[in-house]
Amino acid sequence: MNVSSRRASRRRGDGGAGGGGVERTSAGRSGGEHHGAEQARPAARRTARRGTGPRRGVRRPWRLGTAAAAVYVFLYAPILWLALVSFNDSRTLSTLTGFSLRWYAELANDERVVSALLLSLRLAAASAVIATVIGTLAAFGLRRAFRGRGLWTTLLALPLVVPEVVLGVSLLAFCVQLMGIPLGFGALLLAHVTFSLSYVVVVVRARLAGLDPRIEEAAADLGADPLTRWRTVTLPLIAPAVGAGAAFAFVLSFDDVVTSGYLTGVGSTTLPVFVYGQARRGVSPEVVALSTAMVAASAALLLLGVLVTVVRARRAGRSAARDVLASAS
Amino acid sequence: MSGRPARRGFSSGLAAAGQLGPATVWLVLFLLVPLALVVQFSFATRDTGAARAVLPWTTLPYRTALDPAFLPIFWRTLVYATVTTLACLLLAFPLAWFIARHGGRFRTVLLALVLIPFWASYLARVYAWKALLDGDGPINRLLSVVGLGRDGGFLLTDTAVVLGLTYGFLPFMVLPLYVACVRFDHQLVEASYDLGHGRLATFFRVVLPGVLPGILAGSLLVLVPAAGDFVTPSLLGGVDQTTFGSVVDDQFGGGNNWPLGSAMAVLLLVLVVVALLARGRRGEDVL
Repeated sequence: MNVSSRRASRRRGDGGAGGGGVERTSAGRSGGEHHGAEQARPAARRTARRGTGPRRGVRRPWRLGTAAAAVYVFLYAPILWLALVSFNDSRTLSTLTGFSLRWYAELANDERVVSALLLSLRLAAASAVIATVIGTLAAFGLRRAFRGRGLWTTLLALPLVVPEVVLGVSLLAFCVQLMGIPLGFGALLLAHVTFSLSYVVVVVRARLAGLDPRIEEAAADLGADPLTRWRTVTLPLIAPAVGAGAAFAFVLSFDDVVTSGYLTGVGSTTLPVFVYGQARRGVSPEVVALSTAMVAASAALLLLGVLVTVVRARRAGRSAARDVLASAS
Repeated sequence: MSGRPARRGFSSGLAAAGQLGPATVWLVLFLLVPLALVVQFSFATRDTGAARAVLPWTTLPYRTALDPAFLPIFWRTLVYATVTTLACLLLAFPLAWFIARHGGRFRTVLLALVLIPFWASYLARVYAWKALLDGDGPINRLLSVVGLGRDGGFLLTDTAVVLGLTYGFLPFMVLPLYVACVRFDHQLVEASYDLGHGRLATFFRVVLPGVLPGILAGSLLVLVPAAGDFVTPSLLGGVDQTTFGSVVDDQFGGGNNWPLGSAMAVLLLVLVVVALLARGRRGEDVL
């Protein structure tokens, strides 16, 4: 360990002692509430104003940590503000005058909101089921070696790069002019399965790639026929990824606004499309409350999905989060 | 990347067909056919009665779409998308690097924290900025104290739109970058220092090329949706912030000109293809 003279010498062992001095990074935003990015940064006394250069051994880059923490504030402050305002009892957005549930009460009594919510839930459930089934199957198909596999991989990833506007208008043209499919639930379902499918394929493929083929081969050697092998060995192993894919598909469907905007029929509007219609008129506490509720619903779904996957993965002995993260790459 | 190459053979091919069949049929029917229809419409004549496309075939929609009148909108959309991509890059890189290098056993948690806002409804997140930037919102109130406030807040400005877009698509940049940072062999940095490079040279000549696949994949994932988005500009911007997506939206909505809207949609698809080709194969293993 030669201490180069270019750097500020720091009197500290390698153990990374020192408490987590959480610096409040007020990035000039609304009351930067607490967020989860509490980095344990040692209160290292620095004598020179220099970033810590790389050096063998443990370093605690407090600067980088601060930058990261600032980004977390940026990510969370708006949502927290939204939530705070939704419980405010006045119409104003800038001063919190008191706690009240009145905006939520108004929502619950608004028939349009309730029916849009029910449609959104039905739609998300249906499209998640279809997308998960055919997406998982396709992920298995891509595992095999055959000519033109690259083409199929591209086809299955295509919905990821088609802009939502384009997907929406193309399906509008398709349903209205070509097929005579009435707008509404059916048309929406076509669109939602189409854009969810790729996510399922990506998530399940990532998991399949990490599987040891010898496990399945062992099952075959022990006399399991393909169907039994699939049911008792392969499927349990990929269950976390299938669950993650289904959760992805559900939330994507539940949140979609652009594509759905073209395909909603009279009297069959999804919740996001309804909110968007309201939101364009300016900022209103009702829409703030509705948005908060949607955030809470998505977060709850995510949590549920993660919990289920974690429990399953614990059984399968692998971190579920890794799947979700691997899938996202 | 993919799983093991399985046994080749007739039964294997049959099984692959069976497994890929449903998804293929679905995507051909409900993605490729509709897209082909849009391409067809983009050469059609507007039917004033029903807003639909009819014969005769013509290149008029493209001539209209490429009219100099739309040039400012094209340009603005590109600028928004590019600035958004750069802003996401600037925000995401320190974060991704930090989590990858110093996250330790909290890596997963820290990354999940980035993803959670992404799961919060996109619309709600844009709306949060609308509330924040409103004339009556907290940011304007705070700035008014210092004398920097504006009448009507910061809505209807380019800044508001780019801010909203950046906020909306940031996670798309963080994820691929994170993957690239995790894969990046940190010993290269050590080696670079040992060989006498300074901090800047190391960053630009070692780190940046090393995580380039992640940058490319992330940029693609941000640039394309940002270029097509019209929800953010319509909620945070005004007439002067009209983007390409809004114009497409208009033609299929109030504007009632499907051929023109289709021509513009096709142009947007061309942009996607160009972006994909620009990314090349290098970003492929990350995406």
